[in-house]
Amino acid sequence: MTTKQSFITIDGVSKHFGDVVAVDNVSIDIEAGEFFSLLGPSGCGKTTLLRMLAGFESTTTGEIYIDGKAMSEIPPHQRPTNMVFQNYAIFPHLDVAGNIAYGLRKDKLGKVEQNRRVDEALEMVKLPGYGKRRAHELSGGQQQRIALARALIKRPKVLLLDEPLGALDKKLREEMQLELRALQESVGITFIFVTHDQEEALTLSDRVAVMARGEVLQMASPKQLYNYPINVEVADFIGQMNFFDAQVTDVQDDQALLDVEGLGQLKVSAQGELVQKGASLVVALRPEKLLLSEQGNAGDENTIRGELSTSAYLGSRSHYFVAVDGCEYPLEVAGHDSGFGTDVSLQRGSEVWLSWSRESLVLLPAE
Amino acid sequence: MKNVSYIDRPNRPLFVYAVLFLAFLYIPVLFLPLFSFNDSIYIAFPIENWTLQWYRDMFKNEPMIAALMNSIRVGVVASVLSTFLGIFGAKAVTRYHIPGRNPMIAVIMAPLVIPGIILGVALLILINRVGIPLSLYTITLGHILVCVPFSMATLMTRFEGFDKSMEEASADLGENAWWTFWRVTLPMVFPGVLASMLLCFTISFDEFILAFFLGGTDPTLPLYIWGQLRFPQRLPNVLALGACILLISFFVVFISQWLVHRDHDSIKSAG
Repeated sequence: MTTKQSFITIDGVSKHFGDVVAVDNVSIDIEAGEFFSLLGPSGCGKTTLLRMLAGFESTTTGEIYIDGKAMSEIPPHQRPTNMVFQNYAIFPHLDVAGNIAYGLRKDKLGKVEQNRRVDEALEMVKLPGYGKRRAHELSGGQQQRIALARALIKRPKVLLLDEPLGALDKKLREEMQLELRALQESVGITFIFVTHDQEEALTLSDRVAVMARGEVLQMASPKQLYNYPINVEVADFIGQMNFFDAQVTDVQDDQALLDVEGLGQLKVSAQGELVQKGASLVVALRPEKLLLSEQGNAGDENTIRGELSTSAYLGSRSHYFVAVDGCEYPLEVAGHDSGFGTDVSLQRGSEVWLSWSRESLVLLPAE
Repeated sequence: MKNVSYIDRPNRPLFVYAVLFLAFLYIPVLFLPLFSFNDSIYIAFPIENWTLQWYRDMFKNEPMIAALMNSIRVGVVASVLSTFLGIFGAKAVTRYHIPGRNPMIAVIMAPLVIPGIILGVALLILINRVGIPLSLYTITLGHILVCVPFSMATLMTRFEGFDKSMEEASADLGENAWWTFWRVTLPMVFPGVLASMLLCFTISFDEFILAFFLGGTDPTLPLYIWGQLRFPQRLPNVLALGACILLISFFVVFISQWLVHRDHDSIKSAG
């Protein structure tokens, strides 16, 4: 490679297990100090990709460069990466201090310095004084912290995390997310984080690669990903989304007219190559971009009439499902309870009006 | 009958069956220690006088002590070597994707089902052909052959019980395969290693047929006992010796089973 390199370059990497293609020609550049997430449903190849970075799986084709060095000939124990395993892989025959100090053997630090480093690491993961405990005496959250301390004590260039929060309950998971992010910022190490939880990926990451069937569908910042997904699959995977089939009926200057299933005739700005006269596409609209009210006029622009079919109470908010003529599925609408009594109690079958702004519409290629 | 779940309800026929089964299994064996305290050299009821005479004689019996030492030497060497082979065999078949894995396991396990007499004759012919003189060494060789399957079986459960990611974690933390084996794999399977050694030792210690075929002039303890049976007046000595072997064998097997099952669960749940 003669071009300027990123800190980590995954260059056209594929992995085949027999006839199964687990990772299919993936190329990703990751900058030093970035918190990068690989997001996707189980079996999308994200863990395989992580294991190739760690060196536990070889690449079938392609090459991985870390800090300018090709990795394919370098075994796991010589790579500048450390990993936090999904099941933590805490050694049961060693105590916590023994686990954390495991990677320091070759550094020949001497007892005092080694103990100091272990204490420092325990301090960092907020478990001071836990050195003498055994793995089975620790809770899942504590084991997770030990695994983190054990990996970070090696001061790796890259920390790989394989769904480390998956086994924790929701409350603890949210706590650990914040801590993990704070930790990453303080140590400045590049984190590569694998998860199937889109909320987690959006909360933690600088950038996210959404994967499916071994391919990267989209790679972008969480905001970009949420607001401007590039296709129906990504839009469907990240958060909730209402989809409508649409046809472009007319294009004039920078305005286009769409005939949208259920929503009727809509004006949109005619930017991008998707909007060609006669083309079919998909219009997507987030539940929170729909405003629900009990009054409305049939003639208003970007407003339609519907009928409440069900609602789901989620504590901090409610989601309503509104049946609209011409739509196959009811639309999902986020209700906001601000405490000012604006969130009216609606009955099933009530007539409601939905409105939205033109800017909230996301245009996606037809599938 | 209240507060008893369906599965816990007493079942009289099954209970009777279990008692009969255990009686059939153990009463003949228990005659051995019983008659070892008998004053008479004839095995017959009623036992008129009790004695510890035969046990006292045992310690003065030099050929017997020599046979015992032979058995211990053969047992120790056979158990250590077959466990050594068992560790690597078990690691190989549980850790790596080897083509022909199942046929390979079948071949390794075959000595379990091959009749000892066939194995004995076959080895005898082979060893004669090669020209190795029969001795305790050839007995040890035969014992290793029959012990390796037991060692493999014991260690394979141990290897299957622990998570592969432990070894990956070690590699990830900078240790190569050699150090990973010493620092993670071996400590984690160590109870299995001990259990395997104890089990192999008892197998070797009790083994008769192969020792009979492959032995030279130095007898092992079972060979010695076999020799003694020709002399009726020595029978009580054999009974006393048998009682001791029985007790020690039970004890050793019990320890080895306990080692296999102890903290096996803790290793699984920690993974």
